[in-house]
Amino acid sequence: MALKFTFKGGIHVPENKSFTEDKKIETAKNPKIVYIPLHQHVGAPCKPLVKKGDIVKIGQKIGDSDAAVSAPVHSSISGVVKGIEKKYSAGGRQTECIVIESDGEENYDDSLISHKKGDKLSHEEIEKIVREAGIVGMGGAGFPTGTKLITSKGSIDSIILNGAECEPYLTCDHRLMLEEAEKVINGLEIMLDYFETAKGYIGVEDNKKDAIEALKKAAQGHSNIEIITLESKFPQGDSYRMVDSILKRKVPQGGRGKDVNCIINNVGTAAAISDAVLEGKPSYERIITVTGNGVKTPKNLMVKIGTTIGDVIEQCGGFNGTPAKIISGGPMTGITQFDLDAPIIKATCGILVLNEEEVNKEKVMPCIKCGKCVDICPVFLEPLFISANSLKDRFEEAEALNALSCIACGSCSFICPAKRPLTESIVHAKREINKKRRKS
Amino acid sequence: MDEKVLNSVDEPLVLDNHLTMSLGPHVKSSESTRRIMLDVIIALTPAMIGAIYFFGLNAAMLIAISIASAVLFEAATQKFFKKDILIGDLSAVVTGLLLAFNLPANAPWWIAVFGAAFAIIVVKEFFGGIGSNFMNPALAARVALVSSWPVIMGTYIGPDGVTGATPMVLIKSGSVDLPSIGNMFIGNIGGSLGETSALLLLIGTAYLFIRKVIDWKIPFIYIGTTIVMLFILGVKPELLIYHLFGGGLILGAFFMATDYSSSPITPNGKILFGIGAGILTALMRVKGGMPEGVSYAILLMNVASPVIEKFTKPKVFGRVK
Repeated sequence: MALKFTFKGGIHVPENKSFTEDKKIETAKNPKIVYIPLHQHVGAPCKPLVKKGDIVKIGQKIGDSDAAVSAPVHSSISGVVKGIEKKYSAGGRQTECIVIESDGEENYDDSLISHKKGDKLSHEEIEKIVREAGIVGMGGAGFPTGTKLITSKGSIDSIILNGAECEPYLTCDHRLMLEEAEKVINGLEIMLDYFETAKGYIGVEDNKKDAIEALKKAAQGHSNIEIITLESKFPQGDSYRMVDSILKRKVPQGGRGKDVNCIINNVGTAAAISDAVLEGKPSYERIITVTGNGVKTPKNLMVKIGTTIGDVIEQCGGFNGTPAKIISGGPMTGITQFDLDAPIIKATCGILVLNEEEVNKEKVMPCIKCGKCVDICPVFLEPLFISANSLKDRFEEAEALNALSCIACGSCSFICPAKRPLTESIVHAKREINKKRRKS
Repeated sequence: MDEKVLNSVDEPLVLDNHLTMSLGPHVKSSESTRRIMLDVIIALTPAMIGAIYFFGLNAAMLIAISIASAVLFEAATQKFFKKDILIGDLSAVVTGLLLAFNLPANAPWWIAVFGAAFAIIVVKEFFGGIGSNFMNPALAARVALVSSWPVIMGTYIGPDGVTGATPMVLIKSGSVDLPSIGNMFIGNIGGSLGETSALLLLIGTAYLFIRKVIDWKIPFIYIGTTIVMLFILGVKPELLIYHLFGGGLILGAFFMATDYSSSPITPNGKILFGIGAGILTALMRVKGGMPEGVSYAILLMNVASPVIEKFTKPKVFGRVK
């Protein structure tokens, strides 16, 4: 095999997936209270469709928006609306949340109808189901999938499912591909029905051999689907890196997959599409990996959207020792949490708890210009120079060095022998540059 | 209440400490400046032991004094400027060791002290300390010493303590009485104390590559260009091996030209740096007045590095022109 499916740059990070990679997906108990954020996605926030005192069912739409880029939200339990509260979600965004208290029942809303496999659905039907089910990118980006489908129509020749899961610790996509390979393939088939002339690819890193086998088995007889084994390297799961690795196409800076005739979705998103179309189930639960040395019993859990981080950790036996850092997502790009009541959203892949000795407190040393950051930057930036300018508040110079092209993957900060906050300062520069752009 | 519902009211999870909030990444590699410098020291150790074996106690004394003064001057300067004392990063040890490698084995002790002072205070700390020096400190100090005490710095003893001339000097003077290739390769020849044993330096180099401390581009392109240029300039093919192993090329290419802060950071910049240093070395050795050219070639390319870097910026992924 001459061709290797990978990209230029990147790093090898200790995987730490052994905490949960062999653990079956477990269905979590229903929480007593859920906080359903009205803004879980890229785009416009939803407006509430329910008010205090209303009785809601599982899967009932409780928030929606007329905006082109948005996705509705659904109740994940049956119970009573206690009110609307402003909170930070696990995604790090402050948003209005609908507070629902469980009534202990399992009453399902049935407004979304299920279809049989092989049913010929029109473009409009698929768009409507995906949108109404509130499906968003489940790999972490949270881009509304309905919007993605509609705006990509026309030129797509390749559909890539992202099963790289390059973040250390996380195994939810791994378990999904292994245990529900059929579902992933079904979701991809629905998308292939939508983009009739396209070919489907599922890219999986070579550290998940069993998942690759499961997918290959499930894809038997589907001549338009190819399972691609990718080299395990961070940040393989970044969408531009996926397109580059599999199709050898370069998405222009600031562009989308569509610009090079492809569409990229997480394997979890494909499974959600399958759930919505074939089972009439909206996006109100997801698999997350609860892991790290700071958790007693690490698990892959199927949890209801809106479950608090505290409830999730409690279902995994509680804290193991004193937690020092709670991260939503993986250790490279995840968001630190400060509130155990922050709710899980559709794009939350995992909760990672680190203990004191794992939290980096090493002293920042002067840059020695070793150039490792330049060697590994997957976007080919010079992180050391952008960072140096950012730390001196010279944001115009940072912009001239293409700070805005940074994907904040964290590789440069990881590799830096002087322990410099490279990614962190570049992210800061990006915020300042964007702030200035908005003003002018 | 249904048993399927989690009851978190009885025993709520509590946090009795502060959580750390920060931007990602939340994990870091085990690399450190100190580890890199330690690797360089380890890589230089075979050649250092060889130098003491070939040249005796005075070599050991020069190495010790050079390292000790480099560390001392760094600590003193940082203290004077009220900066953090960073001698723990071991970079001053590397500078001291490399400086000693560039001295004739019979040089007096104060040559090492002056050299260390110049390297650390003037070239390194005045320009901002580690990572900010615009020239290789040890090489700049060597050149300062050569200009100030040309006789001391130009008189080499051989391992036997008598015959002095290095192969480069012999070639320059047109002598045919060159040492055997075997002796030259293991370092049993005249020269500055750390440059003579190609074998021991190459063992150290292999270690640096295994540890991924240095990149191949600068040293290999530098050496390759030098050899090709020497050939073009009419150097007899049988003498090329003396140019390769008989002077400071191996030490310079693998341990001096690869200095992080005084060489370009960009991949294409490294290639240009190697080509430039190679052309200059060959020109100086053949057309210049001096027998050797490695020091000046590297220092000149050091000075050119910021410009090279500017013109070799990597093309950003997916950038549309």
